[in-house]
Amino acid sequence: MAKYKNHILVCGGTGCRASQSEAIAANLQKAVDENNLGNDVQVVKTGCFGFCEKGPVIKMVPDNTFYVHVAPEDAEELVLEHLVKGRKVERLLYIDPETKAPVSDSRHMDFYKKQLRIALRNCGFIDPENIDEYIARDGYSALGTVLEKMSPEEAIKVVKDSGLRGRGGGGFPTGLKWELTYKSESDQKYVVCNADEGDPGAFMDRSILEGDPHSVLEAMAICGYCIGADTGLIYIRAEYPLAIKRLKIAIDQAREYGLLGKDIFGSGFDFDVSIRYGAGAFVCGEETALIHSMEGMRGEPTVKPPFPAQSGYKGKPTNVNNVETFANIPAIFLKGAEWFNKIGTEKSAGTKVFALAGKVNNVGLIEVPMGTTLREVIFDIGGGIKGGKKFKAVQTGGPSGGCLTENHLDLPIDYDTLLASGSMMGSGGMIVMDEDDCMVSVAKFYLDFTVEESCGKCTPCRVGNKRLYELLDKITLGKAEEGDLTLLRNLANVIKDTALCGLGQTSPNPVLSTMDNFPEEYEAHVKDGKCPAGQCRALMQYVIDQNLCVGCTLCSRVCPVDAISGEKKMPHFIDSSVCIKCGACMEKCKFGAISVQ
Amino acid sequence: MAKVKIPDNKVQELKDICKSFNNDPGELINVLHQAQQLFGYLPAEVQEIVADEMNVSVAHVYGVVTFYSFFSMLPKGKHPISICMGTACYVRGAEKVLDEFKRRLDVKVGETTPDGKFSLSCLRCVGACGLAPVVTIGERVYGRVSPDDVKKILDEY
Ligand SMILES: Cc1cc2nc3c(=O)[nH]c(=O)nc-3n(C[C@H](O)[C@H](O)[C@H](O)COP(=O)(O)O)c2cc1C
Ligand code: SF4
Ligand code: SF4
Ligand code: FES
Repeated sequence: MAKYKNHILVCGGTGCRASQSEAIAANLQKAVDENNLGNDVQVVKTGCFGFCEKGPVIKMVPDNTFYVHVAPEDAEELVLEHLVKGRKVERLLYIDPETKAPVSDSRHMDFYKKQLRIALRNCGFIDPENIDEYIARDGYSALGTVLEKMSPEEAIKVVKDSGLRGRGGGGFPTGLKWELTYKSESDQKYVVCNADEGDPGAFMDRSILEGDPHSVLEAMAICGYCIGADTGLIYIRAEYPLAIKRLKIAIDQAREYGLLGKDIFGSGFDFDVSIRYGAGAFVCGEETALIHSMEGMRGEPTVKPPFPAQSGYKGKPTNVNNVETFANIPAIFLKGAEWFNKIGTEKSAGTKVFALAGKVNNVGLIEVPMGTTLREVIFDIGGGIKGGKKFKAVQTGGPSGGCLTENHLDLPIDYDTLLASGSMMGSGGMIVMDEDDCMVSVAKFYLDFTVEESCGKCTPCRVGNKRLYELLDKITLGKAEEGDLTLLRNLANVIKDTALCGLGQTSPNPVLSTMDNFPEEYEAHVKDGKCPAGQCRALMQYVIDQNLCVGCTLCSRVCPVDAISGEKKMPHFIDSSVCIKCGACMEKCKFGAISVQ
Repeated sequence: MAKVKIPDNKVQELKDICKSFNNDPGELINVLHQAQQLFGYLPAEVQEIVADEMNVSVAHVYGVVTFYSFFSMLPKGKHPISICMGTACYVRGAEKVLDEFKRRLDVKVGETTPDGKFSLSCLRCVGACGLAPVVTIGERVYGRVSPDDVKKILDEY
């Protein structure tokens, strides 16, 4: 990178690409060439910067100026003003929501101040399609050190001492898992990277693979050396075409440089990696199901033990780790186990990446030390709730997790605290909800997901979750009876205790946690036939206030089902037996005459 | 279901795909991915050929195809519309957007319009949650879609 004086980093993550960041990069390159700056300025397409809310984003290096909501048309002005004349383009700077002043240096933005980037250390800084940029940031030197100076036992000890725990959800100590697989005797062993990322609404692993694929490859090779495997497999969702493309490029480049393949660094150690595709089944994220899927079968889980460490892919000892777990490994070897262990809390060392989404101002990809509070994440980094609404709940752990409330905001984020409060760390999805979200509907949303994704192998999950869903549906339709809430809770507990795999064992969590934290909301649905958040359509009545309606006829014209009648200039009236509760009329009425009851 | 006749040259291409994976049953999912790319979907006839080539039962292939939501046994429309129903999109109103698509196209999720132009499906998170709610049509990604935008989007096609 040093060859150039200036770099323009353009976010090339899926989010920003969806809003034309490719065209922006192309136009920037054109403007650079037209101004004869080609020798001084390099345009780099990086992985995700994390600040997706304000995308497409670009960053000028070395002065760290951060431009947001950039459009392809802005390219010429950016080059002319910023690079040629040395003036910042004020209108594209980020405006601090509190001080209302533009912030130019990304390091001074609240969004980045509380973050600590280990797994994401290279995301948004390097060109993921160029191995030299990874190497320039000490890439593959951890692998070199391990191969040249350490025995497998010594290297495993480093991982154990670091305190790293699995980032795929379970939080199993990584060093211990490596040791178990190392101790399993076999002629052939495998390293598997779990990039299935099934939690809907989460994009941590995808962003790491898109922004820094080599860190995962390097870590897999280190793992291979430690456990005695010469083959690595990455199981990735077919829905992630960009991540797949960049992984393929990275694998090819690493082979070309001799960093994958035979006799790496002249150490006699062979290791190569290939890619396997998922095909859209959430349960395949579970490690035994994942292994069956890689063998070309239906991705159904099997009872553990045997654990993959004993008998996994093709019946051989297999070490399965998550993408983010792997991304931490090179940093641990470069900076030492002690350094890593000091970050975070006593039992949860290091950092965690979260995909912050939902009703927060700054949707994006963040990484914070374990022990950071939910409040810091949602209000300091996330910039609070959108549109000045009131915070209601935050969901962590995806379909296996739970909803936490206002009362939990000051809890430190770590594996054990989240579990004790009825949710879980999960893989890192974090969805923020506001006063307009109905908790019964949210629980129903997750159950709908589970019902669709249950593999059907065991009855509690296949049938039980369906019944849970039906009960929730009944509640949101206002047809539930007194006893249904007890039934709901009992059934949820039975499924939790009897399902075969992690999917079924955790699927009732969204129901139980919302019932525990928002009992009054469930009761309002059942006893009063009301949805306090105004989300459940069946429980809503659109009415026109006869005193406020001026008879402009706007509402009757937008109504898709002709439910509104009334003479011109006379108060209108909604026939609730026809109304489909789409809300179009309420949005259109300029006199605030239509409301929901 | 009506029988689909597969042209001979396509049959050969399909056989070549199987061969490129050494007809190894462990590679079945990779083979099906490529077969779906070739045909756009996986009708029974394609599954039969794959089963034959890879020396597994048709039931096994069928079991795998139906297990994974990425594989489809029905042809997609010319412009496949997918509404993201991931959590981030859901809390930002994806359901209302879906309803509007259903209403305007008069099809259910998983169906194709009678003229074969559009098909409607849901998927879980395309990874552009910052732009929620997200809709994709073919390769195009539409962000921050509101029900009001639906007509305009459809008119583009
Ligand atoms: C239903 C279910 C879905 C899962 N989905 C994922 C996933 O998408 N990604 C992942 O890394 N782990 C997932 N896991 C956890 C894996 O089974 C496994 O524990 C993990 O990949 C191990 O890696 P780690 O120790 O590095 O976390 C899932 C588990 C269950 C029960
Ligand atoms: S709990 Fe659900 S997903 Fe897991 S094995 Fe049983 S049916 Fe399949
Ligand atoms: S809510 Fe929709 S269907 Fe009902 S009256 Fe208003 S516009 Fe018509
Ligand atoms: S939830 Fe829709 S893009 Fe992630």
